[in-house]
Amino acid sequence: MNKKERTPVVHIVKRGALPWYGSWGIRGCAILAALIVCGIITSVVTGENPIQVYVAIFKGSFGTSRKFWVLLQNIAMLLCVSIAVTPAFKMRFWNIGGEGQALAGALASAACMICLRNVLPNWAVIVCMVVSSIAAGALWGFIPAFFKARWNTNETLFTLMMNYVAIQLVAYFSVVWESPKGSGNIGIINQNTMIGWLPQIGRYKYLLNVIIVALLTVGMYIYLNYSKHGYELSVVGESERTARYVGIKVEKVIIRTMLLSGAICGIAGMLLVGGTSHTLTSSIVDNRGFTAVMVAWLAKFNPIWMIFTSFLLVFLGRGAGEIATNFSLNQSFGDILTGIILFFIIGSEFFINYKISFHHSGKKED
Amino acid sequence: MDSKTPAVKMRDITKTFGPVVANDKVWLDIYRGEILALLGENGSGKTTLMNMLSGIYFPDEGRIYVDGKEAVIRDPADAYRYGIGMIHQHFKLVDVLTAVENIVLGLHEPGRLNLAKAAERIKAICDAYGFEVDPYQKVYDMSVSQKQTVEIVKVLYRGADILILDEPTAVLVPQEADKLFAVLRNMRDDGKAIVIITHKMHEVESLSDRVAILNRGRFVGDMLTKNTNAQEMTNMMVGRPVTLNIDRPVPVDPKPRVEVKGLTVRSDDGIVKLDNVSFTARSGEILGIAGISGCGQKELLEAIAGLQPTEKGSICYVEDDGMKEELVGKDPLAIASMGVSLSFVPEDRLGMGLVGSMDLTDNMMLRSFRRGHSPFANRKAPRLLAEQVVKELEVNTPGVSTPVRRLSGGNVQKVLVGREISSAPTVLLTAYAVRGLDINSSYIIYDLINQQKKRGVAVIYVGEDLDVLLELCDRILVLCGGKVSGIVDGPGADKHKIGMMMTQLGGEEAHE
Repeated sequence: MNKKERTPVVHIVKRGALPWYGSWGIRGCAILAALIVCGIITSVVTGENPIQVYVAIFKGSFGTSRKFWVLLQNIAMLLCVSIAVTPAFKMRFWNIGGEGQALAGALASAACMICLRNVLPNWAVIVCMVVSSIAAGALWGFIPAFFKARWNTNETLFTLMMNYVAIQLVAYFSVVWESPKGSGNIGIINQNTMIGWLPQIGRYKYLLNVIIVALLTVGMYIYLNYSKHGYELSVVGESERTARYVGIKVEKVIIRTMLLSGAICGIAGMLLVGGTSHTLTSSIVDNRGFTAVMVAWLAKFNPIWMIFTSFLLVFLGRGAGEIATNFSLNQSFGDILTGIILFFIIGSEFFINYKISFHHSGKKED
Repeated sequence: MDSKTPAVKMRDITKTFGPVVANDKVWLDIYRGEILALLGENGSGKTTLMNMLSGIYFPDEGRIYVDGKEAVIRDPADAYRYGIGMIHQHFKLVDVLTAVENIVLGLHEPGRLNLAKAAERIKAICDAYGFEVDPYQKVYDMSVSQKQTVEIVKVLYRGADILILDEPTAVLVPQEADKLFAVLRNMRDDGKAIVIITHKMHEVESLSDRVAILNRGRFVGDMLTKNTNAQEMTNMMVGRPVTLNIDRPVPVDPKPRVEVKGLTVRSDDGIVKLDNVSFTARSGEILGIAGISGCGQKELLEAIAGLQPTEKGSICYVEDDGMKEELVGKDPLAIASMGVSLSFVPEDRLGMGLVGSMDLTDNMMLRSFRRGHSPFANRKAPRLLAEQVVKELEVNTPGVSTPVRRLSGGNVQKVLVGREISSAPTVLLTAYAVRGLDINSSYIIYDLINQQKKRGVAVIYVGEDLDVLLELCDRILVLCGGKVSGIVDGPGADKHKIGMMMTQLGGEEAHE
């Protein structure tokens, strides 16, 4: 035993539940620390004044009323997909196919707009869009759920692969419906007749989307926390054996939940096509199916908290774009700052769950 | 014995977890050539104390001396350098590796890995103390007791001469436990220091040389085993006098309630788990099920509860008026909707009976949440039930909104049993209802079961402690390899004979 004996200086202790102000205090400190670190890096690497950079980030979202509406719209879309994947995640069904399910909904919407524009009146086209996009998203959710329930296939791989199927389908129809011919793009659908465009409320182009997503968010919160279905899916997520023991039909719950998850993704796709872009490209969902995973986890699957986490991610993303143009920096620099801030926020969870205690007892050496 | 220097001295050891003081200025001496039994109720800090000795935790305060010198144990590797090794309740083995691979895993011996040489050393250790280990057997092929042996050999291989065993017999049948005890005695005679943590009084009395008792994190005292008795030790553990008798009221008007005939069950991989099992459970009676673990007890209860597909045979529920209803082929929901009030306390409490991350209220509604036509779940009634269970069964919890995973084993079991009997069952199935529970909690559970019996419930009690089965049950069905080895009356039954029936069909009579 020739090693030097000394008591460890620090050790990590799990702590009990913190009061709410404790955990939010830690999170606040984490954001503050992140801003300081980002400031130092900004001035060292670029020589810019970090305060000005922060102002630019802020202006990226709140600078003009148009930017503010774009912020709201982006939050709404990200939140919608996040709300959609949440029931599946609560059931421990790792649905990373939000991208594909939303894209399936978008494709169905676009198909209605294009194929029915000369057949049905505008309102009927919109009804068809709503129904078909929900059905398409639900189908994209149903297929992996069915295989999981029946043969216990791995849902992570399955939902991931379904994304590529959807992307390829959209790529195919982009050529079928291309306009003008030979462009390989669909372009703005029904630009003159505006058939299938979701109605605008007053002067606000995106208000309808925001309202729909707000309703979905509140609805999902109630569904998860107060309904029998919500209770069943949490039991299935925590322990399938317990669920069977109390007579819950696990297969049924898996399929039902994924139908819901896919259906809401389908609505997101419909809002993107009918309410926002009025076109269809294979990148229209813009990786929200994956970002949604982060939104949901950061908020610990609480739909109300997801409003904040999706705001944070969208806000940082738009700020990154803003400083890229304002300071002629690379867009990647903004991403670096976003990464640092997220690192601190996620890292702060460690300090909420654990306490670091320093040993003060006198150290003895033999 | 007191003239010797202790191998380990623990002085003023304090350890806190958040607001909970797990150990409060504990003193403990461990001597070589002695088996020390560490006693205490659930949550009294036995495992925490030993974890500090084996390097899993680091004490907040206090000092540890090994052979008179102060020792600082920061991690399990440090503990091994001091010759301290611990065998945990939950084995830490890699299933797909062989015994020898598991044993050398994590050792950084110089030179190339030489499994053959390691296997030889393992053989030598086994021969010295009377273990039986095949070094090249894969862990997934081993029985629980073989796995435990590998764990012990692993610790010895690392040169430990101070061994700590955390509830080593919780998973063993009597015969296996006896074998383990023989090995432990050999090791003691070889001059090793041995600490066992256990709840079973007769083991303490037959095995240990000295006992040390903890109560709520405090050291209460230690003494030589021969100078004390079960009653005194129990009183010290609990902190007040308790009675150690299990009631067995005479059954009132027993009537057939569950009739099992020719039941055969095959597991998913085609192994026959139950073979032509027939018996009748009567109302107002406790039917004990004895048997070596894995002899079909789990399948039997799960088949009755509608969780296990059956191959042949019938399970009939008999109403008071003699009407019979078949349960085979029905799931738990269908059984409940037939109006059969069947409660089941499964072996795996947090994996099957309860949801660990949910609070008491949400766990109370597991059975009842479907009630009513509203799409929303009503949490008012379950909350009242949770509060009632907490009050009546003295569940130690901060409140009904605490996740059950945070509760200690005994309290988890009270919550589960409390929920299961709250539905006023006519059949109560329990599997290892007191496994891992301390004496006090165990007796509360026995009381609850007896109350149900007096209410006229047909109780089926799967147990592992033969002494308890003999005291509690009116009749005992012995399973052996999935077959009924015999059914004996509880009063006057002979423990030894039941032990024989567990290992061979029909006991001595079947001997040819």
